[in-house]
Amino acid sequence: MSQIKKTPFTECNEKAGGKMVEFAGYLMPIQYRSINQEHLKVRQSVGAFDLSHMGEFFVRGAGALEFIQSVTTNDASALKMNQVQYSAMCYPHGGIVDDLLVYRLPDEYMLVVNAANLDKDFAWLMEHKPKGVEMINRSDELGLLAIQGPKAEQVIRKIAKFDWDKIGYYEAGRTAFCGKDTLFSRTGYTGEDGFEIYCDPSIAVQLWEQTLEAGKEFDIEPIGLGARDSLRLEMRYMLYGNDIDQTTNPIEAGLGWICKPEKGEFVGRKPIVDMKEGKPPRRMQSLVLKDKAIPRHGYPIFVGDKNVGTVTSGCFSPSLEQGIALGYVAREHGKVGETVDIDVRGKRVQAEVVKGGFYKDGSHK
Amino acid sequence: MVVPEGLKYTKEHEWIKVEGNVATVGITDFAQGELGDIVFVELPKVGQTLKQMQAFGTIEAVKAVSEMFAPVSGSVREVNTNLEADSSVINKDPYGAGWMIKIENFPAGEISALLDAATYKKLLED
Repeated sequence: MSQIKKTPFTECNEKAGGKMVEFAGYLMPIQYRSINQEHLKVRQSVGAFDLSHMGEFFVRGAGALEFIQSVTTNDASALKMNQVQYSAMCYPHGGIVDDLLVYRLPDEYMLVVNAANLDKDFAWLMEHKPKGVEMINRSDELGLLAIQGPKAEQVIRKIAKFDWDKIGYYEAGRTAFCGKDTLFSRTGYTGEDGFEIYCDPSIAVQLWEQTLEAGKEFDIEPIGLGARDSLRLEMRYMLYGNDIDQTTNPIEAGLGWICKPEKGEFVGRKPIVDMKEGKPPRRMQSLVLKDKAIPRHGYPIFVGDKNVGTVTSGCFSPSLEQGIALGYVAREHGKVGETVDIDVRGKRVQAEVVKGGFYKDGSHK
Repeated sequence: MVVPEGLKYTKEHEWIKVEGNVATVGITDFAQGELGDIVFVELPKVGQTLKQMQAFGTIEAVKAVSEMFAPVSGSVREVNTNLEADSSVINKDPYGAGWMIKIENFPAGEISALLDAATYKKLLED
């Protein structure tokens, strides 16, 4: 067992009363005060997240774009300078290696990957990387602080100078934070407006303190991984390891919108095209429970006596005050508006299949 | 971590307070802290008989679901119906407004065999 890694914000997390747990090899805060209250804080105002466990790979060289095109499902050639794109990497059989963000930056591309997959992803990419393309794993050299919520822009305006009106959703830029030139983007995993700041560890503590100080007028709070999970689930954002993994094809997961087979060959292209044309035998569906219950990962989904699927993520939605779930449901069932049963530890609870995300009032641009 | 004197405790983190013929049961401050935000609880019906260490209800918290065990045998005299509307009082006041059930007709011997505050506190420290 290797040692649990700390992040540049660990001491800040602990000082703020974070309940620290091991997550993907890192010591991370699961919550500070209350998952529900942290969740609602981000929906209503603003919160700050330590996301330094995420992995950052930098890719440069003449063949960088072609390399990224060959291993990701989305079309990175469509990226404008300083634009960010959600994408996925697949195995030849179509299962997902990881989902990721691709940043097109002035001299290089940055790939942001899940912490739990960091080593696996790096090895996978190295296997496919042609000579002449340089790839560096800078995950341990970067802290990542996210500021998320409808008040996020008002907070960031107080801590860094930039033409904040000009930066759109899924765009990146550089400016000075705590006196240091720093990369940031208008991205997030919450459905709210917000920013992610990829900082040098030397300014992390100062950046944390400045952010909390600047956010005081909005009652800013640090937010743990627990609320991060329920925030993303309300938006129907996938979580690798729960909703998608090496056994799931992006098409059945509802990620067809990030698969661009027309761009040319890439690893996993054929099974993606095949499933798109042949219709997936099961599909990721959004389920809202009609009774008070909390669906959880692994709970079976039934129609009558027939097991038609499995819950991959579930929670009691703090915004909707209802149980919500994502799960794969056999194609012939689970049409929008249909009712299915979720087996909650032996008790059947009715759930309605709904379209898309659960929370519709997010402030993201 | 609050562990009031005068109550008895189980290793499963329930507390029980005996007043005359009636014993009130809830979960400890430690238990509510570990569970985090409690969303709702399922409690038994009034009149149901319980055996010692029998599961008498479930707690659904944001992070996990867990069962509650009867510290003593007996019959359910009353359940805290206020928890139906707002289970978060268990987080806020686990030894007061967050009580779960009241038990009657319990054998006195079972009570005295439960942990006292000092022993329970020591269990938490280990």
